[in-house]
Amino acid sequence: MSNFIDLFFNLDIMGQAWPLLFKGLIITLKLCAVVIGLGVVGGLLLALGALSPRRWLKWPAVGFIDLFRALPPLVLLIFVYSGLPFAGLDLSPFMAVVIAFFLNNSAYFAEVFRAGIQSVPKGQTEAARATGLGAAQTLIQVVLPQAVRNVLPDLLSNTVEVVKLTSLASVVSLSELLYSANMARSVTYNSSPLVLAALIYLAILWPLVRLISRYQRGIAVH
Amino acid sequence: MRFLDTFFDGVVMAKYLPDLLLAIVTTLWLSAIIVIGGLALGLALACLRTLGRWYLTLPIVAFADIGRAMPPLVVILIFYFGLPGLGISLSGPMVLILVLGGVLAAFAEEIFWAGLTAVPKGQWEAGRATGLSFAQTLFDVALPQAIRLGIPPLVNRALAITKMTALGSVIGVKEILAVSSSAQSFSGSATPLTMAALAYLAIFLPVVILSRLAERRYAWSV
Amino acid sequence: MIEINKLEKCFGDTQVLTSIDLRVNRGELVFVIGPSGSGKSTMLRCCNRLEEPTSGSILLDGEHVTDCRGRALDRMRLKIGMVFQGFHLYPHKSVLANVMLAQVKALKRSRSEAEARAMEMLDHVGLAHKASAMPSELSGGQQQRVAIARALALDPKVMLFDEPTSALDPELVGSVLKVMKQLRDEGMTMVVVSHEMNFAREAADRVVFMDGGVVVEVGTPEEIFGNPKSERLRAFLSRLQPSGA
Repeated sequence: MSNFIDLFFNLDIMGQAWPLLFKGLIITLKLCAVVIGLGVVGGLLLALGALSPRRWLKWPAVGFIDLFRALPPLVLLIFVYSGLPFAGLDLSPFMAVVIAFFLNNSAYFAEVFRAGIQSVPKGQTEAARATGLGAAQTLIQVVLPQAVRNVLPDLLSNTVEVVKLTSLASVVSLSELLYSANMARSVTYNSSPLVLAALIYLAILWPLVRLISRYQRGIAVH
Repeated sequence: MRFLDTFFDGVVMAKYLPDLLLAIVTTLWLSAIIVIGGLALGLALACLRTLGRWYLTLPIVAFADIGRAMPPLVVILIFYFGLPGLGISLSGPMVLILVLGGVLAAFAEEIFWAGLTAVPKGQWEAGRATGLSFAQTLFDVALPQAIRLGIPPLVNRALAITKMTALGSVIGVKEILAVSSSAQSFSGSATPLTMAALAYLAIFLPVVILSRLAERRYAWSV
Repeated sequence: MIEINKLEKCFGDTQVLTSIDLRVNRGELVFVIGPSGSGKSTMLRCCNRLEEPTSGSILLDGEHVTDCRGRALDRMRLKIGMVFQGFHLYPHKSVLANVMLAQVKALKRSRSEAEARAMEMLDHVGLAHKASAMPSELSGGQQQRVAIARALALDPKVMLFDEPTSALDPELVGSVLKVMKQLRDEGMTMVVVSHEMNFAREAADRVVFMDGGVVVEVGTPEEIFGNPKSERLRAFLSRLQPSGA
């Protein structure tokens, strides 16, 4: 038992590793902000494309969404990070991560937004257009607020997935939270930094996960 | 032309194709075990939770929450690098199966449970009133309805988690990404990465498209 | 006021409207009756282009509704108020915000002006005291009166009613009809698709009978209900009798 605590919950080592992990955490949070922001915007545009009656908009959007939902994000990341330099495109790890996860995430957000927009009854759009609102005004004022409310649990759970996803950036040596923790592990020959990182992820994401469960229960009851 | 040589080099493709085929087989059997094991465990946990005993519910909810909130790569690294210190040495594939199977079980438990709570109380009462036992009502009345409700999110989640078998490349599992990554560094060509992407598309794109069609079917039948 | 010329509408291979000609004069209440599937609602929805006519033209005060595109169509729709069977109030906005939205966004009125106008219209339909309520807190009849206020606040030249009372419980129908009667007395031009035959007898200037996508008969309520000329209209009216309508 003492061996277990020493290896996984060694407070001394956790204390030593904390400054490094904290720096990593900041990078993780920055990464999350950029990837979530881009993913939401891209996803919304893709969803609008996929729902468009115009074929030349609809099929490319659907194709994009399906393509990037089928590719594992790590494969996408390695492809962008190690593959694109062959095409003369040298990217910093941060940029590579942002591009790869944008492609992955906007596809996932697009599916959520599409479901949300489809959940708003057609009469809402008709009522808005009948009062002279334009297509964009109808979308922003009438459809999107209802769509977002209807798929809020899915939007939240997608956001949780993005935060978890950023841990993959460690594979391309971006010094985010997990990379820093693994660094500390290999220096100290002790897993406590990894456990500390796990606890930090848990502290950020557990409240969100609870909230999602609460929402799903709420929907189930109604 | 340079682009074709870099990403679609025929010689490189021929050379690494046998290795890649073996890797595809590895990815497939890992995926199969993870999906079957994860779904079975998730279903079992959801059923246990219906008993309503706090000493069962509490650990199940804790497991489901942690499994959903924790980035899988963190847990994989802890298992792979940490456990040997306790005298428990697990192979790479074993770690991958335990962690990803566990993550899928956590999500599946929540989905099955949400489905079970969505089954109207009257269904349980009707089952019990016609002389069925608790277990018979659960398995013959409630669960079939819960599973039907849960199919779309389960398919999406199982897909997302089987794609994570690519994380095996970090702990030396010879799956598609690992094999093509090492081939890329040996050959100095980006072609193996293209092959990996194509291999993943061949496996997962049909699932994505099928789930899209199934969703449409499902939407009609409601 | 409204001029419908040779209006045709097809959904795929099925023709739902065939060569509809209809004129609605200023201040007139025209009532459209007919069996379900006769194309009444489709004709109404063509008038503000929620359905795209296959051919033919519709004019409002001499201006082509059917040629408008983009912003011009939005501006045209401001002049044509529409009330739906399903109310379609925006569930995420308060009653007041429902009535203000298009005034601010489409008519570009200032917020204070829009609010004053909204309160005036809500008062008109007897619901000023519900201004801060959410639509879900209102009865169906109240929701429909808010929907009428929402359309009226834009100062339309004509109001279209698409089965405005069909989704209401019988005891709530009266309050909506009362508002419509009041509108008529104030001189609003109205086209009403509805099954409320008593209301048609009482309030309509003219009644249009449609069946199978064509206008079969047009006349005063006395002519249509008292002296139906065509066999189809007689059959339609006799089917209504037992229900006491």
